[in-house]
Amino acid sequence: MKYVRIIIAFLFILIPITVYGSDIKEYKLKNGMKVIIVEEHKAPVATFQIWYRVGLREEPAGKSGMSHLLEHMMFKGTSRYGPSVLTKIVQKNGGTDNAHTTKDHTAYFEIVPSDRIMLPVELEADRMNNLILDSKDVLSERSVVMEERRLRYEDDPQNSLFEEVVAAAFKVHPYQRPVIGWMSEIKSIEREDLYSYYKTYYSPGNAVIIIVGDVNADEMMKKVREHFEALPSEPVDKQMPSVEPEQKGERRVTLKREAELPFIILAYHTPNFPHEDNYALDVLTLILSGGKSTRLYQSLVYEKKIAISASADYSSFNIDPYLFYFFASAAPGKDIKDVEEALFAEVEKIKKEQPSEREVQKAKNQIEASFIMEQDSIYMQAMKYGMFEMLGDWRLIDKYLEGIRKVTAEDVMNVARKYLKEENRTAGILIPTKKVDSIQ
Amino acid sequence: MEKINLTYATDRLNGVLFNRYQVFVSVIFMLCTVCCLLSTNVFALDAKRNVLSNGLVVLHSENHSLPVVMVTLIVKAGQIDEPKEKAGLANLLSELLTEGTEKRKSKDISEEIDFIGASLDTSAGGDYTTVTLSVLKKDIRKGFDLFSDILLHPMFPQAELERKREQIKGFLKQREEEPSFLAERAFKKEVFGEHPYGRLIEGYPETIDVIKRDDIVKFHSSYFLPNNSILSVAGDLTSHELDALMNEYLAEWKPHGLVKKDRGRPDEKKIKKVIKIDKDLTQANIILGNPGISRDNPDYYAVAVMNYIFGGGGFSSRLMHSIREKMGLAYDVHSFFAAYKEGGSFQIGLQTKNESANTAIGEILKQAEGIIGEYVSDEELSDAKSYLTGSFKRRLDTTRKIADFIASIEFYNLGLDYDKKYPDYINAVTKDDLLRVAKKYLATENFVLVVVANQKKAGLKY
Repeated sequence: MKYVRIIIAFLFILIPITVYGSDIKEYKLKNGMKVIIVEEHKAPVATFQIWYRVGLREEPAGKSGMSHLLEHMMFKGTSRYGPSVLTKIVQKNGGTDNAHTTKDHTAYFEIVPSDRIMLPVELEADRMNNLILDSKDVLSERSVVMEERRLRYEDDPQNSLFEEVVAAAFKVHPYQRPVIGWMSEIKSIEREDLYSYYKTYYSPGNAVIIIVGDVNADEMMKKVREHFEALPSEPVDKQMPSVEPEQKGERRVTLKREAELPFIILAYHTPNFPHEDNYALDVLTLILSGGKSTRLYQSLVYEKKIAISASADYSSFNIDPYLFYFFASAAPGKDIKDVEEALFAEVEKIKKEQPSEREVQKAKNQIEASFIMEQDSIYMQAMKYGMFEMLGDWRLIDKYLEGIRKVTAEDVMNVARKYLKEENRTAGILIPTKKVDSIQ
Repeated sequence: MEKINLTYATDRLNGVLFNRYQVFVSVIFMLCTVCCLLSTNVFALDAKRNVLSNGLVVLHSENHSLPVVMVTLIVKAGQIDEPKEKAGLANLLSELLTEGTEKRKSKDISEEIDFIGASLDTSAGGDYTTVTLSVLKKDIRKGFDLFSDILLHPMFPQAELERKREQIKGFLKQREEEPSFLAERAFKKEVFGEHPYGRLIEGYPETIDVIKRDDIVKFHSSYFLPNNSILSVAGDLTSHELDALMNEYLAEWKPHGLVKKDRGRPDEKKIKKVIKIDKDLTQANIILGNPGISRDNPDYYAVAVMNYIFGGGGFSSRLMHSIREKMGLAYDVHSFFAAYKEGGSFQIGLQTKNESANTAIGEILKQAEGIIGEYVSDEELSDAKSYLTGSFKRRLDTTRKIADFIASIEFYNLGLDYDKKYPDYINAVTKDDLLRVAKKYLATENFVLVVVANQKKAGLKY
């Protein structure tokens, strides 16, 4: 259910330091690389993460999906470890590894028993500098990513609509494109494209290491220095992406394809952190859909029974301004126009009248609780530090929490008035066509 | 139910965060992967077990490093206890627990839980139903108040029943958009036949429609009993505090005689069946498998090791190596044994473009014949064992995982020293065992094959 996703999103953005002061140590290597270590001795495990400041935003025109394909290729082996053995090494040490790519960054992580934590230091330093990028492997992995795209988008009606809406909401900014890339562009990415991209962005000065868990910071740093400090660091010449011009009128897309239920997405341009309005927008999101007691579920799903799910979603943790979303699935037999109108009615309501003090307090309580709960996981803690580092500095977490605490009911109404306007909206509607046939 | 598999914990925000490999998290995380747990001397389970006078088993793991408390209740009643014509009863009941009690309406319950930033979730499964509470220590009394209220005093109001009925039918309809759902539904039906495990946990529109409030009330009064339940509590709570909470909120929970009934085991006979579902898709969604094992099968550990090597070990598995890494045919390819209390299934799953379906199925069968026909290498055996034993610490690295884990080891009668025994179980597995269980539990001829695809483009040979 969508409201669950909102809470999960918050798990990413809220951090322990102010309340249960973890001891955060920060270091800088001679080549400019930043290292953050949090000793957390609750369980004998630790995570090593390395975050690169490169994502969809840096991709050249016509090559969408390059950051993500390179992320896949990073597991294909180095001159030292040979093809496809990195994960095997981690697993036979009882660990797990993975990576993710977003609009703004690419991050790799290992979670291992803490007595094996020196292993990922070696592996990550090695693949930062010695990736093979074999041409045959690039071809094969390109096919894998194309299958991934088919799985996530081509054959998923709601995700397809999501892609349409984002592409319509942005005219010039790279956020217009999907992180996984358009099919034809994935297909056009060659080994040489990836190699020069790797050489440009995978350097110590463009990365941050985050280590959280049952470790000794001094011992860790000795090992990190040994493996990373000698790596050369060229300054990364980052080009500013195009600035998205202000939207001056509603945009509307429809998608007709085989599906069961109509689905709607509304997307409004909104500012990114640390813009002063982003705190109230976060509180607004939870007032609208922070659990079954909140407005969208109560109105569309519970009272009116016109939708089987309805939610709002907003993440301001992007380098450039992004979008505030509404999602809803029509209940069987219900008209998607009625669902749309019910969403608009909720938007108008919050623009006309301040939310109650209890609603604002509930949203703040949810934020507070989720950031304590997330400390239960070393992985989630590290994710959060990484996310804020990508925005400039993990210390911004404090600023974020201060901002949230200051939000008033009036602020919430004001940001709704300022951003949830028709001319700032892109609406997308999925219209189901034919039915499923079965042959046995 | 347990799944023998690796899980890759990943999240996706707005479809913009991509992982190199994401096993469908929602599917895998529903289940406790007890199989992947092992112990070390450094980190042993430290849980207390008590049986109360009303028969409730209470497990408690104390840890004060973070001011949170995680509660997991297992009620030993699920899909397996439903009559066929009322499939979906256990699920509907669990969904309605939070929709009204003697003193709280649906909205009161969600409002009180949301206001303290806690979560109170219910979920029905093949063998049992769970109720879980995640709450800050400071709100523990409120949390227990709500937890006990929905457990002991649910009213199952008729209006809420009708609302929920429609919602579930709506979700079922929407899920028909998912090729993986269609494939899974058809596969379970074929493998388990008439046994309840073969049905959807949500039931079907026609069975959901005939469930009456009385059926739900009766199911609740027959099974939601202390002498049929396991309560596990982990986190920032002393034994003294737990006792006080139990006295205040759960003391009135009275035992009753349980109606013992033979739950029946699914037929384990392997019969070949090919199901083709035609849909306008770019990919063929393929499941190939057969009946598997129950959780108490002595071959469980050999099967865990064999499956890791075959298709459960992610990038260390043969299926991933061949179908993804070498052939570039799929993003996700995996295999797992779903081991329920009374039986189970084995399945291999992947998605590949329609045109590659035959090639991919051919490769699956070739790999299956490989593991049936020859000993695994020393390296494969040793890597699998070191993963399965070495990953234990990670499996118990959060309070939530500990609460769920100790509840499930109690349910499966594994003993609170399971963590100490597990490495021995795994390390005792030999190459001969692997060959034997591969032969016994992997069908290369009498398999069930489900393919959801654009059938014209797929042009299946099978």
